[in-house]
Formats: sequence, structure tokens, C-alpha cells
Amino acid sequence: MQRVGVFVCWCGSNIAGTVDVQAVSEALKNEPGVVFSANYQYMCSQAGQDMIKQAIIEHKLTGIVVCSCSPRMHEATFRKTAQAAGINPYMVEIANIREQCSWVHKEMEIGTEKAIILGRAAIAKVNLNAPLTPGESPVTKRALVIGGGIAGIQTALDIADAGFCVDIVEKKPTIGGKMAQLDKTFPTLDCAACILTPKMVDVAQHEKIRIFSYSEVEEVGGFVGNFDVKIRKHARYVNEDICTGCGDCVSKCPMKKVPNEFNLGMDNRSAIYIPFAQAVPKVATIDPNACNMIKNGKCGLCARVCAAGAIDYTQQDEIIEEKYGAIVVATGFNPISMDQFDEFAYNQSKDVITSLEFERLTNAAGPSAGKLLRPSDGKHPQTIVFVQCVGSRCDACAEKGKEYCSKICCMYTAKHAMLTRDKYPDTDVYVFYIDVRTPGKNFDEFYRRAVEEYGVHYIKGMVGKVTPQGDKLKVQASDLLANKQLHIDADLVVLAAAIEPDASARPLATMLTASMDTNDFFTEAHPKLRPVESPTAGVFLSGACQGPKDIPETVSQAGAAAAKVIGLLAKDKLQGNPCVASANEMMCNGCSSCERVCPYGAITYENKEFRMPNRTTAIRRVASVNPAVCQGCGACTVACPSGAMDLRGFANKQIMAEVDAICK
Amino acid sequence: MKMSYFPGCTLKNKALDLDAYARRSAEALGVSLEEIENWQCCGGVFTTAKDEVATKLSSVRALKDALTKNQPLITVCSACHNVIKQTNHAMQTDSEFAAKVNRYMAEETDYLGETQVYHYLEMLRDVVGFDTLKSKVVNPLSGKKIAAYYGCLLLRPNATMQMDDPENPRIIEDFIRAIGAEPVIYANRNECCGGYVTMESPALSKARSNAVIEDAKAAGAEMVITACPLCRYNLMKNGADIPVVYFTELLAEALGVKEDTHE
Amino acid sequence: MSKEYLRDDIIRSSGVNPKKCMKCGKCSGTCPAYDEMEYHPHQFVSMVETGDIEPLMASKGLYRCLTCFACVDRCPRGVEPAKLVEAVRLAVIRQQGANHLSAETVAAFSDDETPQQLLVSAFRKYSK
Repeated sequence: MQRVGVFVCWCGSNIAGTVDVQAVSEALKNEPGVVFSANYQYMCSQAGQDMIKQAIIEHKLTGIVVCSCSPRMHEATFRKTAQAAGINPYMVEIANIREQCSWVHKEMEIGTEKAIILGRAAIAKVNLNAPLTPGESPVTKRALVIGGGIAGIQTALDIADAGFCVDIVEKKPTIGGKMAQLDKTFPTLDCAACILTPKMVDVAQHEKIRIFSYSEVEEVGGFVGNFDVKIRKHARYVNEDICTGCGDCVSKCPMKKVPNEFNLGMDNRSAIYIPFAQAVPKVATIDPNACNMIKNGKCGLCARVCAAGAIDYTQQDEIIEEKYGAIVVATGFNPISMDQFDEFAYNQSKDVITSLEFERLTNAAGPSAGKLLRPSDGKHPQTIVFVQCVGSRCDACAEKGKEYCSKICCMYTAKHAMLTRDKYPDTDVYVFYIDVRTPGKNFDEFYRRAVEEYGVHYIKGMVGKVTPQGDKLKVQASDLLANKQLHIDADLVVLAAAIEPDASARPLATMLTASMDTNDFFTEAHPKLRPVESPTAGVFLSGACQGPKDIPETVSQAGAAAAKVIGLLAKDKLQGNPCVASANEMMCNGCSSCERVCPYGAITYENKEFRMPNRTTAIRRVASVNPAVCQGCGACTVACPSGAMDLRGFANKQIMAEVDAICK
Repeated sequence: MKMSYFPGCTLKNKALDLDAYARRSAEALGVSLEEIENWQCCGGVFTTAKDEVATKLSSVRALKDALTKNQPLITVCSACHNVIKQTNHAMQTDSEFAAKVNRYMAEETDYLGETQVYHYLEMLRDVVGFDTLKSKVVNPLSGKKIAAYYGCLLLRPNATMQMDDPENPRIIEDFIRAIGAEPVIYANRNECCGGYVTMESPALSKARSNAVIEDAKAAGAEMVITACPLCRYNLMKNGADIPVVYFTELLAEALGVKEDTHE
Repeated sequence: MSKEYLRDDIIRSSGVNPKKCMKCGKCSGTCPAYDEMEYHPHQFVSMVETGDIEPLMASKGLYRCLTCFACVDRCPRGVEPAKLVEAVRLAVIRQQGANHLSAETVAAFSDDETPQQLLVSAFRKYSK
């Protein structure tokens, strides 16, 4: 028989406001096995924990029940407390009387009754608990970073600088991501390339970092400390190790009419291409959908001009299998499609562009060599209208756009407007805004400079319709403060398109069993206290895959994710979760039901020799669970028809005891 | 295929052509339009107020009549289509409204929006198919640059009408291509002509109509086509200097059945 | 009638929740009848929200809304301002003797070309 102690927490007024904590501790005193029961203002505080420790020793307790907040919050705390007082940490049960009781009920009477029932269930369970000892597993001292934008680059550099090996998987032919496409960066206006490309070079030269560009993660198995990952390296038809990046093939390639993704289709590239001059790795890639040699065997010019002999039209995709201790997701974002917002005429006029296209138009390496020229006729635009919040902050029932604020648009629009007025003072620049949101260091000052020093016309209101007519874009908009409808003849309209997670994020989340929100942003383990960890152990989040972020914030988060990875890789062994499944071999009938439902591949079957009652032996096929792989989800215990599978710490008997206690 | 046809008031009076061309062309395309007996005027505009019931009963009666014949309901006039489609949608989604209507109707079985509602253009696209239409054209209108004028009633509110992308529609443009002509894209094709407010403020409808015609002309249009008698009236009355015709007239012409209509 | 009663009546009849409005003004940016309305679409939403219905009932802009639904379709928040205009107009013309359009006016207006659609629409909009 256990000797159980019960500790009821007030959580200030969080619990005590709607639960009579004194009545709960009194009522639970009489439950089977209970030899001590008390309540206290904050059980998790030092004083509260000391009270538990003292009671364990004084009353020779063998198990404790803490009636408090969710186990997600403080189970670990109280397990440590118990262990310090000399009892096994798995002899602790939490009755959640806060999130599942006091916070959802308004009447003291109901709250108290429910708290007593929840406490009773936890006592029934702890009476059947047995001490558990977690197993240990080794840690593979290598990290995988998925995505090679500024988030992935920073995370990889920080991990590698701490002395651990890192692989970056990037689906594009080069790392650099969105930041490589930007011109200048707010609020200090440094040129994006000037601060990013040295980091890209650092990555390329770091002895601890490998870059798998033009590659994608195809399969993820294993668990924290021991992930098994398959990476598909797409055939680029160029031998990366030999290619010198001289660019002779690019200039000779006769197929020059392929829309250039790097410039968002505003100019063309050749079928064999290097995305941009500072690409890392700086090697050529053949676009198989555009190359005549690959499509129909006619051409072969690049192979003839390549002095290094790097062209290989027969190259195949390569599968790389590698083990990792930790995985960082840094898959980034994209602007949303403007198809559903054609009242702004994006599909009708070349001179209606997105803000990212505007970045390319003002970038020295862009399609107009940095001169701000209209895509339609190459003329200098005299009047430019910027429209904020296109597709951001939409109501779900509007059935288009996103519900969230995209966060970066206010600042980059202020930057675009300011830079335009700085370089072309003869230009009229209008910004239509709903709110100007600038919560960042030196951000509001930056926006005010655009208005006060650079004379950008900020108009509170929204554009309602853009009508391309002749060589003008007729903009109809509201000026809410002047209470007027405005009609502006513009030469260029720039839409601040909402941003969304990259499309690769959703399938990746499935592979990683990492959770996502309704917008396909990765969910963090705790929105405030564990912002760079996914709830899946060993999977970390960096950059805009977790939510809209600007560069300063992305870099901070990237460093934080790296710190978490380093903390993990620095350990030699990881303590596993002892609450894993185990099969009772005597009851197992070898049906394989459990093996089929196990999502982690933790169950295998083996033929085992059993001694029979009449002194003969028999070979039987029985299940066995690999405790290092099992995540304790319990699917097998439900699937097993003979009741041979049980989860340690959550045995069928224990669950039934809880149900009985609740229904008593 | 047989469809229950709701011609509406204007097609029986000022827009006889719109009706006649529509019937002839449908026949040529193998669709038979059976006019609903004793149909009543749709009212011209859908009253969005949820507590407005009596004015929507004529639409419900037409819809129910089509249901008893197990036929889809088709209209040509944009206004009739808009009113009937919105009423049908309210019958499907607003149970309180549907209950009130059914109490008024006091018939044996309740009507809950089961009938499928087509605009004539949707029939061309979804039932006949623009490819089939193209193959049946005997008199292609080659070389003609035509501006499709949607106005507001065909496309909005999009949540209910669901005809096409409300900001970048293509159904009339595809129709224009199918009859061998060249569509002209211009931004004001889905802006209002001034509608019934022409009675209250002729200046407003003039401004709106002119904006449409100017935009279409600037884009190179030689002609504007529409499905709505009121759009046509406003555009013409306000001095359109290019022809504004019903789409069914061009359809009949392309199918070679235009002259028959005037027998 | 109290402000609250009027407001609640308009909200119930229109099925619109003006609290969803984020005051962006896109409705007023897109409205083709803007210049003919003394209270513009965004003000209309805001005044319904605060219960300022009487000035709206007295405004001539009620009869200038084209019901073209541009504000309804383009509103990022799904507020549907045109439905509020409709509800306020009905609150006016449903009162005794408050029809905005008489048969005599129509006779003076119409000509040989006037489509029936125009007449029935105007009657539906302006009279009970």
C-alpha cells in the first residue's frame, strides 16, 4: 500500500478564486492511501516545494499528488522536488485543477466539486504507480538546418562556431533566400548584399558546414538526438566539384528566354544559369525544363565551352542519408499571390507590382540595373502609389487574404518611399495606410523621417480600385482624414502583399511530426517561454517559418535556435522517456496489430523460445518495443486485441482506476 | 437538355431581341428553354435585408416550379439572375428566412434551395461548353474587338453568385473568343453603370457610364456587349459612341440564326 | 426611438456586424457613388456602430447607393456596408407615407427606351 501525500495549490487567486482549496484538501484526506493533505498559496515556489519535501520525509510518503496547474507547466518541477526528497520522480501525479477546472468554471460550488473529483482520480492512479527509470540514448553530434536564407545561415554559423557539424539543405541552387533579393534594409539602410554575402561566404568556407543546395529533405525518421534523414540532391547536370563558376556556359547558352526567378520574372535568364553573381555555391545549374539538350538531345553547347568539363547531361538525382542530433526548420516565407486582389489590376498592368518586385527594380543587380524604371515602357515613374496591407488583416469570412498582420510591410514601404524620394526628388510618392505599425528599435523614427524629411505623402485610407488607362494607372482611393475620395494618375503602383509560409513547410511538418497553426506557420513549444523550440523534441524553429519577422528579429531567433541546438548537442547522452510501451510476451499472440499502428517504427517481432508446462519448449512470435524509439503515444495499447501491450506509467489498469474514481 | 426559363419583364417588353436571340441560339445548341408558366417579376433588385420576405416570393415560386419539373432554372437578364440566385442562396443558408418563406407558401413540401440556377452564359460555359459552341459557329465574328461589360449584377456578391473571379472575370471574354472575335480587357468592366439611380441622379449614371465607355474605348474596343438591359440603357442614353449590344445578338449572328428571329 | 433600439434593429435587419470594421476606408475608396453621399460608406458603418442612425435616415445618400456590392466584395473584413445602407433605407420607407418614389415621378421620367427593369428596380428600392 502506498503512503500518499496530497498538496493543493491556490495559485494565488487563479485556483482559490473559484475552488475552495481548504475543502478540497480536507475531502481528499479520506481517500485510500492518503496519509497527509495540505494546501498552500504557491506550491511551485521555494516554500511550497520545501513543504512537499518535508512532508515526504516526515510522513514517509511513497507517492504524491499535486492539485495545481497543467502538468505541461510544472510536472517537471514537482518531479524534481520529489526526487530531491528521495522518492522516484514518476511517483508524482498532477491533478489539473486550474486550466481544466478553476479557469473554466465560474461558481465556487461546481469548481470545488470538480477539483475534488480530479484529485481523487490522481490519487487512484498514484496508488498503482511504480518507480520508473528512464533509459539513455546517445546523441549524434551533427545538426541539420532546413532552409538557407538569413535564418538558416545565421543558425548554421552559430552552431558551427560552437564546434558542431552542420548541414544546410536549400532547395534553390544557391543559399541567400529572400534577403539576397533585397536592396537596402531598414532601419539603417545598409545594402542587403553587403551584409549578407560575407555571411554566405563564411558558410561556404566553414569547415564544420556542408551545403546541400538544389536539395530537399525527403524523409525523416528517428527521434531527438538520433534523426535519420534522407536528402534528395536534385540533378543540376553540372559537377559541383569541378565547376569554377566562370559563367562561360551561361553567356553561350542559346536558350535565353527563361523567366528569371531571382528577378521575379521581370527579366530572363538562360537555361544554364547562376542565380546571381554572389551565389553560394557559385556553380551553374541546368534548368531541365528549358534546356534543349536535356529535352530533346539537341544542343550541347555548354558542354563544348566548359573548360573544366563540368557539364554532365546524364547526372541523376542523388539520395544522401545522414544522421542528425537536431533539426532546425528555417523554411521562410513568400508574398501571397495577388490573383484574388485584381481590383488593384496586378494581372492587368505590368506597372502594378509587389513590394518584392520593387526591391528588384531598385537593386543594382536587378532587371533595370538599379534605375527605377516602369516595367511596361522603361520610363521613369513620376507618381508612385504604395498600397499597404494587401491581403493582410483580412477577416476569415472574406475568403481571401490572411487574418494576421504581416509585420514587415509598414517598414519596408517607408524604406521604399524614402529611398525613392532620396534618389528621385522629382517623384511624387503616396503611401495609403490603415495603421502605420513601427514597434522596433529606431523604427518609428525611421517612418517619421520618411514623412518629415523626405516629404512622402502618407494618406490614411485605402485604395479601392486601380484602372490602367493609356500609360497611366488611375488610382481611386479614400482619404479618411480629409473625408475625400482621391483620384490619382499614377505611373507605378506598388502592393505590399501579405506574406505566407513557404509551400514546402506543410509537407515538412508532416515528416517531422511538428505542429503548425491554421496559417501553416510552425507552432512553438510555448509562445513566450519556448519560442524557438517546436513541441517535437529535437526540432527547432528559426525565422519566418514560425511567424512574420523582419531581419533583426530573424537573426535574433536564429541565434536563439542555435543556442538550443548547441545545448542539446553538447550532451553525450539523452535521458529518454520511461513512459514507453512494453509487451507482455506471455499474452502476445503475434498478430502484428501494434506493429502496423506504430507511427515511429518502434515495434518489431521476434521468434522466441518458451518453456511449456510439460517441460517441452515452443517457438512463438512475439512483439518487442525499442524503448529508445517509442514516444509513448499509446496507439499500440489500444490496437492490441489481447491486452498484451501496456504503457508504463499509463497502464490500462491505472487509467481504469482513474475512470472508476471519477465515476464513483 | 431542357431548362426552365425565366425571361423576366424587360425581355417581354423593351428587350424582345435579347429574348428571341437567346431562344433561337439555345435551340441551335441543343438546349430547349421551357418558359415557366405564370412567372412573376423578380423585382429587379434583391433586397438584402433578412426581414424582407414577401418581395422574394416570386423568385421562390419560379425556383420551386423548376424543381417540380426537375429542371435547372435559367435566366438571361443579369438582374433576374442576380435576384433569383441570391434568393436561392438565402433559402439554402438562412434557415430562419427559409422557414418564413415556406410558411408563406403554405405548400405541401418545403423549398430549401434545391434548384440549380444558371445564367445563360454559365449554360454556354458549363452545359454546352465554349469548345462545342466554337465548333457550331458558322459565321465567326473575326477581327472584331469586343469589350465585355459585366457591370455589377453578374459577379457580385461573389460569395453568392460564384460565376467567375469577380475582379478578373473571363466568362464573357471566353464567349467572345468562342464566336471568333477578340476580347478587350479593361478595368471598368466590373464597375457599375449607375443602375436604377439614373432616375434619382442622371449625373451619377452619366459619370459612371462614361467611365465604362471611355475605358473600353481606350483599350481599343469597337463594341461593348452586355447581358443587362439596364446597363445597355444607361450606356446608350449617356451617349456611347460605339455600339452596345446584347451578347445573345452576337451569339445568334455567329450561329447563323439571327435572321430567323425576325421572321 | 432610442439610439440603441435603432442600432439593434438595423444590425438585425442587415445581418451585418459593424464591429468587424477595421476602419481602413476601402469601401469609400471603391464606392462609385461616393461624391453623392453626405455620409460615405465607412462613415455609414461607423455611425451604425455608435447608433447614430437618425442622420443616416435623413440623408439623401440613401437613395444614391447603387447596390453594386463593390464595397461588399472588396471589404477585407467582410463587413458588407451596402447591406447597412439597405437596412437604413428600409427603416425609412417602411414608415407611413415615407415612400421616396411616386408613380407620377416615374411617368415624367420614362421614355420609349426605359427598360421595365429600371422601373421595377427603382420601385423596389424607393417604395414599400
